[in-house]
Amino acid sequence: MPATAVAATGLPAAGTPRLDVARVRSEFPILATRVHGRPLVYLDNAATTQKPQAVIESLDRYYRAENANIHRGVHYLSQLATEAYEAAREKVARFLNAASSREVVFVRGATEGINLVAQTFARSVVRPGDEILITGMEHHSNIVPWQLLAEQTGAVLRVAPLTDAGELDFDGFERLLGERTRLVSVVHLSNALGTINPVRRITAAAHARGIPVLVDGAQSAPHLGVDVQALGCDFFVFSAHKLFGPTGIGVLYGREALLERMPPWQGGGDMISSVSFERSTWAGLPAKFEAGTPHIAGAIGLGTAIDWLSAIGLDAVAAHEDELLGYATAAVGRIPGVTLIGTAREKASILSFSLGGVHPHDIGQVLDLEGIAIRAGHHCAQPVMQRFGVAATARASFAVYNTAAEVDALVAGLGTVRRVFAQ
Amino acid sequence: MTQLSALYQDVILEHNRAPRNFRRMDDADRHAEGRNPLCGDQITVWLKLDGEVISDVSFDGSGCAISKASASLMTAAVKGKTRAEVEALFGRFREVVTGQTAEETRGDGLGKLAVFSGIAAFPVRVKCATLSWHALKAALYSGAEQVSTE
Repeated sequence: MPATAVAATGLPAAGTPRLDVARVRSEFPILATRVHGRPLVYLDNAATTQKPQAVIESLDRYYRAENANIHRGVHYLSQLATEAYEAAREKVARFLNAASSREVVFVRGATEGINLVAQTFARSVVRPGDEILITGMEHHSNIVPWQLLAEQTGAVLRVAPLTDAGELDFDGFERLLGERTRLVSVVHLSNALGTINPVRRITAAAHARGIPVLVDGAQSAPHLGVDVQALGCDFFVFSAHKLFGPTGIGVLYGREALLERMPPWQGGGDMISSVSFERSTWAGLPAKFEAGTPHIAGAIGLGTAIDWLSAIGLDAVAAHEDELLGYATAAVGRIPGVTLIGTAREKASILSFSLGGVHPHDIGQVLDLEGIAIRAGHHCAQPVMQRFGVAATARASFAVYNTAAEVDALVAGLGTVRRVFAQ
Repeated sequence: MTQLSALYQDVILEHNRAPRNFRRMDDADRHAEGRNPLCGDQITVWLKLDGEVISDVSFDGSGCAISKASASLMTAAVKGKTRAEVEALFGRFREVVTGQTAEETRGDGLGKLAVFSGIAAFPVRVKCATLSWHALKAALYSGAEQVSTE
């Protein structure tokens, strides 16, 4: 049975900001695609989101009219490109409510952000036997970087347990916060379960023991309003491509005092103050962590995506998606044979499930033939699959442009799956 | 025939529901495991050899309908065949599921395995259809997978 407390009527609560979904959809050229003769129903937004016309145009405009390398030219185009790149950094800082844009480092994505923290901050403070604490619902990108660190330093990876609903067992988490814990790294919104973690409680508990906290915001940034100061986190990472922006660009937010203390990660151009064969000195923040020519167009595209999303308003986005998730949870949960994986009280945008003995790949295949794109597999979260005793799940994940009619198409498609694989 | 029924033919659905030779074989001469890391599918093929001839074969594990039905039909097809015959059959099967044969003659000489000819239109599912065959080949040719019979 569905576990979220949202009514299945599809009616919004009074006072909820309304969203003009038809207008939003019209801004996404790809949503007009037909797949196997059917209209595309794109429900794989946790993997990546589609791009609005504004973002596509900003990339096009950059390459047509603004392209040059940044931070070094005195010429017109270089100044234009540098201004646009740094303006994007300011937009990110405001989007996250960072204290300063010096705290915003452009990276390739959330994965690279976590690896950067592992190899600079953590590697410089961790001694053999020290501990990194994560949770049982992490994406591989918040597991493997710590395993690499553990191999390099003799550190130990500790994992906080989950409840059967897919929530963090907070007491279990607190018990693992110890003398040797050097960093807590937790996902904000689980990509496999949809669970929203209580990040404020986590940072409060960790900070009470003087332990910094990294928050993996790959899923949360496009769906929940993120305020890094209110969350109290020390690091926050996200990827542009899950937020209607380009692939290959993302953000590491870090508190300035920590970033200042951290050694650089990659060496190269742009991250130095001066270089000689004897000794080099590092640039200030955030350039110290941005060696080499960055993905300039990507950063500008991310800035445009943030403008686009902010114009709609994350409150309206969250209300729309909550309504949709509630409707989908009830409708899919009613289908005989469906088991929902991840029934936390606080959830957003993600519906993971299994359907009788039908393998998720077969579910995904049949739905694809009806034009419906979902994800089938382990969602790069194999330990989560092991925790819930499944090899894989089917996952529908929603974004601002999805509709109740698309949920109905999903439900009808699952009816076809049941007919084909009738036991 | 719709795309759906071209892929999930009745024989495939039936073998998915009730796979043949679906058991662990504790007294097997050899076994080998095939894994698809992309989807986590895992199939182990067990066999007994009488000289060059496969005298018994079975499989167990978990996978999608295509990989399970393919393993089931494979075990039925290779029992009593020599290594060379199995090799030739796998070669032919692979040509068919990867669409390297003309459509009119696609199923020729494959018997029941011809039901997988629809896979050619779904390239991402080729690995599902060939997973058990790769495991079988590993068991046939690699001494390392030998299991103790006592």
